[in-house]
Amino acid sequence: MLAYIIRRVAQSILVLLITGFVAFSMFSFVGDPIENMLGQERTQADVDRLRGQLGLDQPFVVQYGKFLQQAAQGNFGLSYRQGREVSAILAERLPATLELAFVSGLLALGGGIGFGILTAIRKRGFSSNAIMTLSLVGVSLPTFLIGILLIFLFSVELGWLPSFGRGEVVDLGWWTTGFLTVSGLKALVLPAITLGLYQMTLIMRLVRTEMLEVLRMDYIRFARARGLRERSINFRHALRNTLVPVITITGLQLGSIIAFAIITETVFQWPGVGLLFINAVQFVDIPVMAAYLMMISVMFVGINLIVDLLYFAIDPRLRVDGKSGGH
Amino acid sequence: MTQPVLSVRDLVVEIPTRHGILRPVDGVSYDIAAGEILGVVGESGAGKSMTGNAVIGLLDRPARIVSGQVLLKGEPIHHLKGAALRKLRGRRMGMIFQDPLTSLNPLLTVGDQLTETILEHLDLSVKQARERAIAALDEVGIPAARQRIDSYPHEFSGGMRQRVVIALALCAEPELIIADEPTTALDVSVQAQIIALLRRLCRERGVAVMLVTHDMGVIAEAADRVAVMYAGRLAELGPVRDVVTQARHPYTAGLMASTPVASQGQKRLRQIPGAMPRLDAVPAGCAFNPRCERAQSRCAQAPGPTLQTCDDRAACWFPITHEQEAAI
Repeated sequence: MLAYIIRRVAQSILVLLITGFVAFSMFSFVGDPIENMLGQERTQADVDRLRGQLGLDQPFVVQYGKFLQQAAQGNFGLSYRQGREVSAILAERLPATLELAFVSGLLALGGGIGFGILTAIRKRGFSSNAIMTLSLVGVSLPTFLIGILLIFLFSVELGWLPSFGRGEVVDLGWWTTGFLTVSGLKALVLPAITLGLYQMTLIMRLVRTEMLEVLRMDYIRFARARGLRERSINFRHALRNTLVPVITITGLQLGSIIAFAIITETVFQWPGVGLLFINAVQFVDIPVMAAYLMMISVMFVGINLIVDLLYFAIDPRLRVDGKSGGH
Repeated sequence: MTQPVLSVRDLVVEIPTRHGILRPVDGVSYDIAAGEILGVVGESGAGKSMTGNAVIGLLDRPARIVSGQVLLKGEPIHHLKGAALRKLRGRRMGMIFQDPLTSLNPLLTVGDQLTETILEHLDLSVKQARERAIAALDEVGIPAARQRIDSYPHEFSGGMRQRVVIALALCAEPELIIADEPTTALDVSVQAQIIALLRRLCRERGVAVMLVTHDMGVIAEAADRVAVMYAGRLAELGPVRDVVTQARHPYTAGLMASTPVASQGQKRLRQIPGAMPRLDAVPAGCAFNPRCERAQSRCAQAPGPTLQTCDDRAACWFPITHEQEAAI
């Protein structure tokens, strides 16, 4: 088990190095940050001096090496636009994104598994058909369109919920939270739905398909023949057996909830890291972009590792080192 | 005579399809007494398993019982649904399935699956249920049951898993066991062990067993009486020895002649010409008449022969008679 984890962590580090390299090499093509930083009235001398200061006149490999060296110490340099520590900027923005991702992840998981089970058990019921039809909307409409539609309905027409921002937040020193104020909670509703809807429909359809598959298995028939209750059959026997594929997809989807919060954050002007990244792209703020990408890849790699470890918790057949019995 | 544990009376199961109504089980009647093993044989699609599923209420939709009765110790149970049916399953009738590899939930330990069944039906504490589960494993011949109870199904061999399945079916002490091809997925040496186990449990506990199989060898070894099914109907019903050695129905005779017997050397096996009719094309009269060498014009006319209208053993207008019987 320990050997497995060590091997996986080593693999993860390799993945991070490669991601970092690809990301960093792309930045050399997105534009010249000097143009944005110095404005119209610049002289060639200014340009050269700044380029030298930032180390942008050095060869690519040297720049990458420096980036790695500093990143390993948690130092991602100064933002070109704000002139502040990138890690400080990220830390300040991260709570907003994580809170949003947490709520939409919860929504996606709860709704997805709940509706998935419902539509699998009542295969031909009216409510199942209605949910399945509506889920097509979630799968096929692009996120930004759903966001705009929600804003139009609930903010513009009905005026129930705010259309942008995070509402009032409470500063806990190391974390700012919107969970503790009414306006903060209200502000969460629309972005969380927008971000979670697609994942929810995806998880729901997956759970439904897997459940239908498992409900046809012999051990479910046998459980029925033993006189077990429907609830026990559905949840204890069937749901557990659907979890391995569901966790795989869900893990990746939760990663992308954080990563693709960019669009939702843009639509709702949500002050999180996604919005920060979009602004950084416009300004060619290389340190911010690089740090953001590294952060997202760390998250993906971490989630994948957790998912792999969850398999062991769910499926005893994978625990090879356990007590071995028959043959 | 004491009351039989299971009585099936004129049971008819129908499946409505787009092309008409199919009858996989058509007017089947038999009894099973306590401590008796009734073997049910027939080809695939003869309605053997369907009969077993109908008894325990596990027919897959759209198949349904349209007429006839299933009586458990005299009480009709064929109309039961929901909680009433659930309380009978496991508690008063158990079922054993064909493939022990797929009939156990891979994610729960053997002990979990046993105790959940015991707790569902018997008023015991968790600790008592666990002791009972260990006793059940012990009874079906799992060595070191106390140590093995927390193992997962994949940690057992195929034969051991079938023993676990039998323990699961028996752990709440039902009066009737329906064993649907319990040995088909096992290799021959293990088959013999499982049959011996079923026989022993049947005798010791006085359980009635309905043993569904297509294997005449298994029937000959295990069953007390045998019911031969053909195209959803009973062709012959009688004590195993009589049916095997002195078949009266031409189909049973053909079935026996096509079963290899080791002591009879390398003679070419006889075969019955043709194949069992599909359920949407069962011929009028006796379902076997187009393939039967004894068939006469009456055989193709409705109503077809049944056990009740013929001689109570074979559903045939012109059953085979045997010299010994003539001599008596």
